[in-house]
Amino acid sequence: MTLRPDLAAIAEMIPQGARVLDVGCGDGQLLEYLKDTKNIDGRGLELSQQNVNACVARGLAVIQGDADTDLHEYPSQVFDIVILSQTIQATYDPSKVLEHLVRIGRHTIVSLPNFGHWRIRLSLLFNGRMPQTLALDHSWHDTPNIHLCTIADFVALTKETGAVIESALALDEKGRTRPMQPDAWGPNLFAEGAIFQLKPR
Amino acid sequence: MAETTSPNFLRPVTAADADIGKAMTFDAPLTLDAGRSLAPWTVAYMTYGTLNAARSNAVLLCHALTLDQFVIGSNPMTGKPGWWLPMVGPGKPIDTDRFFVICANVIGGCMGSSGPSDIDPATGRPYGLSFPLVTIRDMVHAQAALLDALGIEQLLCVTGGSMGGMQVLQWAASYPERVFSAMPMATAARHSAQNIAFHEVGRQAIMADPDWRGGSYQVEGTRPSKGLAVARMAAHITYLSEPALQRKFGRNLQNRAEISFQFAPDFQVESYLHHQGSTFVDRFDANSYLYITRAMDYFDLAADYGGVLAEAFRGIKTKFCIASFTSDWLFPTVENKRIAHALNAAGATVSFVEIVTDKGHDSFLLDEPELFATARGFLNSVAQSRGVA
Repeated sequence: MTLRPDLAAIAEMIPQGARVLDVGCGDGQLLEYLKDTKNIDGRGLELSQQNVNACVARGLAVIQGDADTDLHEYPSQVFDIVILSQTIQATYDPSKVLEHLVRIGRHTIVSLPNFGHWRIRLSLLFNGRMPQTLALDHSWHDTPNIHLCTIADFVALTKETGAVIESALALDEKGRTRPMQPDAWGPNLFAEGAIFQLKPR
Repeated sequence: MAETTSPNFLRPVTAADADIGKAMTFDAPLTLDAGRSLAPWTVAYMTYGTLNAARSNAVLLCHALTLDQFVIGSNPMTGKPGWWLPMVGPGKPIDTDRFFVICANVIGGCMGSSGPSDIDPATGRPYGLSFPLVTIRDMVHAQAALLDALGIEQLLCVTGGSMGGMQVLQWAASYPERVFSAMPMATAARHSAQNIAFHEVGRQAIMADPDWRGGSYQVEGTRPSKGLAVARMAAHITYLSEPALQRKFGRNLQNRAEISFQFAPDFQVESYLHHQGSTFVDRFDANSYLYITRAMDYFDLAADYGGVLAEAFRGIKTKFCIASFTSDWLFPTVENKRIAHALNAAGATVSFVEIVTDKGHDSFLLDEPELFATARGFLNSVAQSRGVA
């Protein structure tokens, strides 16, 4: 099975046998991969009922629910790793969601698209319209991505919510990763996206 | 313990060619939560499909308040099809070509299992209200004894909706090692105040019927049909939803062009409820209705575990899949989710889905393709991990 490149990068960060919660787990591709290759004890939270059915049919333990409203139900520090992949920009209250993720997991992995990429900046500058990219292919009025941010914005949010960045990876347009300095200006201009590993302060 | 091929039914069998199932009678007393015991006692049951050599493909179905063991075949009392025809059968999500399906009438019921209409061996007369109060846990203990007798150590899955779902939860709490997987739906870990209130309305309707005779109507040769019908009418409303009633009946009039300025049923919804009430009294026993509603009222799983629901499931290895329905206001999503969260907190393996439908509480019995997809996927995956072909 070939994983989406950003998911493959996340998978590499998960230790063998970890207890993992994937928030916004979609059809369960990552959880199934981690179960098969790393023998994890995996759980999912997913909004779409069709996706939950797909997960159930894969033998995964997935709760139909909403990251914005349901994370408070999870006890503190019960998971080794909590994953939020390409979802934070679609939540109603990213700050609250991030607070819960860091509370629930000993480590939290967040991947997100970078709205600070130079092509997006130029697109707005020259076209004067809200930018659309391959990764963010909705027009402004029907996008589920109601809270887009740049890498620098997210780094600032981690400081506000009391999360410590343990490591950060920049993603290029082919999904390749390389380590980055979270506060550097370069990745915020050139990276398509980023993956952060966080821990509670 | 003795097995009979002809359960002793209260009502005459009207569908002559229907399979009336089997019954198991136990001489060893069944100790009840009420502090009394029952002896001898009987469980009437049906099985569908074939038990495999490894005895690993048994699926137990737990029926709801007024249902019975006749899941798919023609019901021998009513001649009507079984209650879970969309879900159970060859090629269906609960596939009888693949699984050995068992369903037993609950203790306290009136379809062949011991209940208040049975003859009390101590007096030679029907028990009536001298039958001991039973609980959901007593029902589960009785089913466990039946499985012992059938030589089934572990169930591949226990499933059911409403009161059936309560039994599923009790099974998992009481016999975690015997339950490989569990699929409760449209249920709750405790009966809510509103639900207890509705049940009390039903019971009072029965007891207010002069023909109830303090529960001794069998001896006195009467039947509290009016009270039981009213109880059923009130309860039936709670099984539906406002949008479904509106869609089905609206304010349509029954066989007339104008309102009559009388109290005979003008509206279609009134005729419908009258019909529900009158067909129910032909197939159900009034005292059984009192006993089984009481069993549901008393159900509060967390109460047996220091008030913490997660404690009921501590260390459990059973895989759970819970389903609720958006328009179910009797056992709403929040009650079902509460179970999922408790299981999560206990570290159990649990999935949860909420099915979008306007058909209310009864949705679990109806044609709901998303529910079938969930059930099929879950049973496939548990069968696979248990090595059931």
